[in-house]
Amino acid sequence: MPIWLTELEYATLRAACARMMPSDQGAPGAEEAGVADYIDGFLGAFSFDPPRIWAGGPTSGRQGGEARFGSFIALAPLDELAWRMRIEGSQGRPEREFNGPVIGLQQRYRAGLAALGEDFADADMADQRHRLEADEEFCALLWEHCCEGMYGAPEYGGNRGGVGWAYIDYEGDVQPRGYSDAEVSGP
Amino acid sequence: MTADAVIIGSGPGGATAAEVLTRAGWSVVVMEKGRNHLLDPDDLTRPSGDYSNDEIKFISRHFLGPDPLIEPRAFRRSADEGEHTHVGEVNSIPTTVGGGGTHADGKVPRFREEDFRLRSVLGPQDGALVDDWPLDYEGLEPYYAEVERVVGVAGRAGANPFAAWRSGPFPMPPGPPMYGAVLSSAAAERMGLHPYEAPTAANSVAYDGRPACNNCGFCAFFGCPIHAKGDPVALLTRAMATGRVELRPETYVSRIVVEGRKATGVEYIGRDGVARTMSARVVIVAGGAVETPRILLLSGLEHPLLGRTLMVHFQTIVVGHFPDKRLHPHKGRAVTHVHDDAMIQDDAARRAAADAGLPWIRGGMVEHSGGGLPIMEARHTPWGSRHGQAMRESNLRERMWAFIMQGEDLPYLTNTVDLSPSVRDARGFPVARVTYEPGHHELAASKHHGKILQSVLEEMGAEWVMHTSSPGVSYHGVGATPVPDSRHVMGTARMGDDPATSVVDRWGRVHGLDNVVVADSSVFVTSSGYGPTLTLVALAARAAHHLAGTSPEARRDPG
Repeated sequence: MPIWLTELEYATLRAACARMMPSDQGAPGAEEAGVADYIDGFLGAFSFDPPRIWAGGPTSGRQGGEARFGSFIALAPLDELAWRMRIEGSQGRPEREFNGPVIGLQQRYRAGLAALGEDFADADMADQRHRLEADEEFCALLWEHCCEGMYGAPEYGGNRGGVGWAYIDYEGDVQPRGYSDAEVSGP
Repeated sequence: MTADAVIIGSGPGGATAAEVLTRAGWSVVVMEKGRNHLLDPDDLTRPSGDYSNDEIKFISRHFLGPDPLIEPRAFRRSADEGEHTHVGEVNSIPTTVGGGGTHADGKVPRFREEDFRLRSVLGPQDGALVDDWPLDYEGLEPYYAEVERVVGVAGRAGANPFAAWRSGPFPMPPGPPMYGAVLSSAAAERMGLHPYEAPTAANSVAYDGRPACNNCGFCAFFGCPIHAKGDPVALLTRAMATGRVELRPETYVSRIVVEGRKATGVEYIGRDGVARTMSARVVIVAGGAVETPRILLLSGLEHPLLGRTLMVHFQTIVVGHFPDKRLHPHKGRAVTHVHDDAMIQDDAARRAAADAGLPWIRGGMVEHSGGGLPIMEARHTPWGSRHGQAMRESNLRERMWAFIMQGEDLPYLTNTVDLSPSVRDARGFPVARVTYEPGHHELAASKHHGKILQSVLEEMGAEWVMHTSSPGVSYHGVGATPVPDSRHVMGTARMGDDPATSVVDRWGRVHGLDNVVVADSSVFVTSSGYGPTLTLVALAARAAHHLAGTSPEARRDPG
């Protein structure tokens, strides 16, 4: 069950992410990493308390220390205002429109996914690329979030099991272990 | 309640003022509009635990603030462009407890003697207010020495042949060099340049109760999870330890209340959203060179130079590609080596200046650095099949090395900070509008020194080299956004003895007001080509000692 998207939107999003980041020659793709779940979780960040905007710290437990990333940080009132404006849009509320209306990510995704077409997931690869490239602005937004969902911390819902990092030989968060002086200075 | 001093801003300047004044017995209130993610509220000597190695949180999601939806800024290159051409992030130094110190990678060089005497040493430039400062290096040296000891700076005296004299050694030795910097330094030396270990406020050994840096690599744009970066943690925690400072996060000063020649206190909006007034004997403004003029303008202060001569450091960025190497720039401090040769007047620089029709050109400190983290790299790697392979090859992250020169930016009257006529922050106040474009000098210096840096990367073995800048200029083609990326902002309340040609006096006190002091880089007369932090911290210490009638601490064992 998606968190915020409808089932149809979620299916379209999964296909779009997989088209941008396909599993290819051994490289994990958006499907394996759960990139669509990252985006759906971001759009539905306010379904959780505290909202899933900022993962906790200082350590994830992957390199020692406590597993704290999953304890998301509570938002202050102005943080909540900012992130509701960004995700939900201003929706005509005066307190969110001090510099004019703001179109939220939810609305941009709803419109962008609808424009890809209900049959997007079943379209062939060339057609999918063509449809994605037809809306440059939505394509750029989706790509930005695909990159976060593939290479960001797994606690945000993507990069499942660290597959994105593992394939590029990147250790991710390394506190509290860090790197030795020899690792820093040597080839 | 009347505080001895209200300090606006908890960044390096405000934290320094708090440290010096509380040591002298003053009771101060530090008002910080951002949140506290730096210190554990239950034990202010310890990290809060909120900082982490998390690219989404810090880079994509504005964790250190300011959020551009809540506190945007407006930008234009010149008045000819109309009210503004961009609204959003502009030189956004963190809005959080610790301010710009939290996200800085910790390079803290001192200025040199000539940086304070540019007009006397090099002479004027048409269209720029190149002036000497009303103080010199000799007078500032004891304050440099004091703040280096408090913050904890790693470095090696004598490593930089161009450095100013110092009264003592660095408090600790340099940390481990990055692999890429070992290679680029060797290439630079072969080309006759003089790279050295960057003076860095990141502990190479345990220092003053804080641990040694463990090389996690999340320095620039991230808060340090273990407080190995000393600026301004060390200053704030020392001030807290006196019991004479009250730190108020999420407290927004909207106005300094002035009656005649005196400020009586500040109006502020607290965490509860309620507007109140606090009385203070002295008001210290340390919001940085964009927010400080903004608050002085919001308070009704008038001076023809207030908000003018904004300087940002014109960044020359030269990138080389090394297909046969993995340089792993994500391991270790963000920058471990720099060189100062571009600030030295040699025959080539004199010829380049003459060719450009200028009396002289001056570049800046050159940082040897790699760059980027995976999300950043992925965004610049095409999507579709081959994306994963390209990321694994990592041409943009592991196989790149770069020089970034923080070029001296001359003080022009046309580069300004003022109040936006229409854009507001979430609390309803006008935001800062930045009007900035580089002048002939900055472009000529960038062109000349960029070519030298290109040849160094070629000597290092680069397959190809690219030269760009921030702000972007048309002849580079890439990186062409006119909004400068530099977080080094200076000069909008310049210091001087003559009230007609300066906003504050030699002690940072606003001319015409007895008890309002500016304690940040707004007071800089010229920008130098060195990062501004240590100099603004030394100036803040000097201003605070002057207020308190105290002198810098004599040398002590750093323990």
